[in-house]
Amino acid sequence: MTYLKSRRFIGAAFTAITMLSITRTITGNGDLTSTVTIAQALVFASPIALAGLAGIWAERAGVINIGLEGMMILGTFGAGWAGWQWGVWAGVVAGVIFGAIGGLLLAVAAVTFGVDQIIAGTAINLLALGLTKFLAIVLFTNAPGGGQAQSPPIKGEIPTFTFESIVEPLTSLHEKGIFFISDLAGVFAGLFYHLSLLTIITFLLFAMTSYLLWKTAFGLRLRSAGENPWAADSLGVKVVQFKYAAVVFSGMLAGLGGAYLSIASTIYRNGNTAGRGFIGLATMIFGDWRPGGTAAGALMFGYIDTLRLIDTGNQNVKGLILLGAIILFAIGGIMLRRARRNSAIGFLLLGSVMTGAYFSASSFPPEVAQVAPYITTLLVLATASQNLRPPAADGVPYRKGDHH
Amino acid sequence: MNLRRIGTSLIAPAIGLFISLAVTAVILVAIGASVTTVFASMWNYGTSPRAMSLMLNLATIYFLSALAVSIGFKMNLFNIGVNGQYVLGALAAAVVASNLALPKIASVSISILAAMIVGALWAGISAWLKVARGVSEVISTIMLNFIAIGIISYIIVRTSIGTETSLNVRGTKPIPESGMLRGIAFLDPGTPIYGFFFISIIIGIGYWFLLNRTRFGFDLRATGKSASAARTSGVQSNRMIYVTMLLSGAVAGLVGLPYLLGDTGTYSLQFPTDWGFTGIAIALLGRNNPIGIALGAILWAFLDISSGQLILEGVPREISTIMQGLIVIVVVISYEVVRRYQVKSEQTNVAKALAKQEASV
Repeated sequence: MTYLKSRRFIGAAFTAITMLSITRTITGNGDLTSTVTIAQALVFASPIALAGLAGIWAERAGVINIGLEGMMILGTFGAGWAGWQWGVWAGVVAGVIFGAIGGLLLAVAAVTFGVDQIIAGTAINLLALGLTKFLAIVLFTNAPGGGQAQSPPIKGEIPTFTFESIVEPLTSLHEKGIFFISDLAGVFAGLFYHLSLLTIITFLLFAMTSYLLWKTAFGLRLRSAGENPWAADSLGVKVVQFKYAAVVFSGMLAGLGGAYLSIASTIYRNGNTAGRGFIGLATMIFGDWRPGGTAAGALMFGYIDTLRLIDTGNQNVKGLILLGAIILFAIGGIMLRRARRNSAIGFLLLGSVMTGAYFSASSFPPEVAQVAPYITTLLVLATASQNLRPPAADGVPYRKGDHH
Repeated sequence: MNLRRIGTSLIAPAIGLFISLAVTAVILVAIGASVTTVFASMWNYGTSPRAMSLMLNLATIYFLSALAVSIGFKMNLFNIGVNGQYVLGALAAAVVASNLALPKIASVSISILAAMIVGALWAGISAWLKVARGVSEVISTIMLNFIAIGIISYIIVRTSIGTETSLNVRGTKPIPESGMLRGIAFLDPGTPIYGFFFISIIIGIGYWFLLNRTRFGFDLRATGKSASAARTSGVQSNRMIYVTMLLSGAVAGLVGLPYLLGDTGTYSLQFPTDWGFTGIAIALLGRNNPIGIALGAILWAFLDISSGQLILEGVPREISTIMQGLIVIVVVISYEVVRRYQVKSEQTNVAKALAKQEASV
């Protein structure tokens, strides 16, 4: 990581924790930055992050992958089935392979036959849904512990690590409630609490992607297939091979995301993905087709999901409202400084409305948190889409020798 | 020439159907079922009067959904948001109609209007995001689908609009009989064909007329073929995006109504929420042509309904979903292959003609 990048990363993390800390101090809700919350957020975020990463691979090579959802579904199924038969690691492998098959199908349709990529992806989503539902009935109905819509439990567990020597002192520091320090401690401890090996693998895959796609000749060639395949071809890049490799690997990542889901809930269940493939796609766009931003988007989804689901006194959602208001004010401030008056007014207004809502209601229904990540995504896209830069030939069918 | 065109446009679906049947047969053999028994069972049950009535009803829903999608497709707009648009539209219609005590024609008209307006407004958000903020409608409509589901669950679970409709299911107040559009029974006495079946035929004709016989339709298709060329010839592309998305959303708003007004009479949490995706698949099969879409909708509904009794043969009915998925993927690939073949054969013909000319000179 270059000096500039690491500085930017630390800056972003610092800002995020400051905002969380302000919110936590005002609401007095320690859950917002507790060790358990952050640890759980990582679990929820990882499958989405993997789907987003899968999107990056395909789209960087110029293939829109709206079939992510289907590939993820295949992954959940593969993991449930093989995990039940031969244990959890077989499940991981099967999830990846099943996802890869989905990716291969997309590559055949979109790269070899040049079918509209969104259409091909939609077809894969349909096929995956039907196939897994069908196979679930055939394979799981009469299995002990299984059912028409779910597999028997997956055998064994993925190892998780808790670094007691880090977690314990930091958690007790968190409970002291000191501004910033305690929140930083809680968040940091959360990273080392019940940390699944699969989460570590996810992190490594992100690091590997950053390196491979942006620091190697292989990555340059792959991305050139997504920016200008005709020019790449004229320079001797085997565009079709790169697209195939990227899309199949994309399927593998999405499949791994699906496997993660099944393993986290110990079974395969129909509908377990619940649109996470699409959410992954959104985090990819949110993150400007780059790993860092995509991971941030996935963490946002995971964090909000966690707060919604561990909400005991209906106070977490309220906290989120305030957090949202603070973020909106901050962005509004930045916009003011950049002399983008209209955007600034919009953000400040929205922030005021949310602040008003926070102080006037005693609690908020969980539906607010349910839709919050999607609204946030829309807001981000609405403000930043002019600054986003998708690969230039994303979604354009490529045939060797065709004129551009 | 025209015959040939029809011929080539039928080749792809025929190939799709054949390959999907073949693959299905392989799957059936693999799970140890008898291929002929299964297909015979589907055919026998699927062609019974009751099943045919159910099929037409379901096809009505699919037809409307696919029509909504294809209005967007015609202009290269990918409206994945039909799901969100129709659930909100149906909820609006259910709320309005259950609070009305008007003659049937007035009540149904108001329901239709409410559904169309809400569907159009919801789609309008994506149009605005695209025109004013440059956000791809693919992603914004996906996000809006999730948001719509959240809004509906909030309204039904936590506001007084929702009540207990039956055992543990919350939904809107039942629509009075005067507000329903149950339809008429003519194939099977016990299963009326939705009144919306006829309405959707009218909408289909309207769609065809609008696209092929009006200035707007011409502009729309022109923008879809080449946005820059259309702009040069004076089409305001931003306005086209708004109008197309609003139209698509208005039709999408209707998707839930055949079922709402013809069957349930209430919008409950059990109301299906994924007919929009079916619409995408059928619009692809039907190539955005109203007759093609109608045929696609009927085929899709036939597979859905005729598989209903497969469990008696020990085969899960989901085999029909696999067939549907296979049909879509094989058909879109074959369309592309046929198209390439046509382009190539045209090129050869032109080359031949030119060679002849040169030889004669």
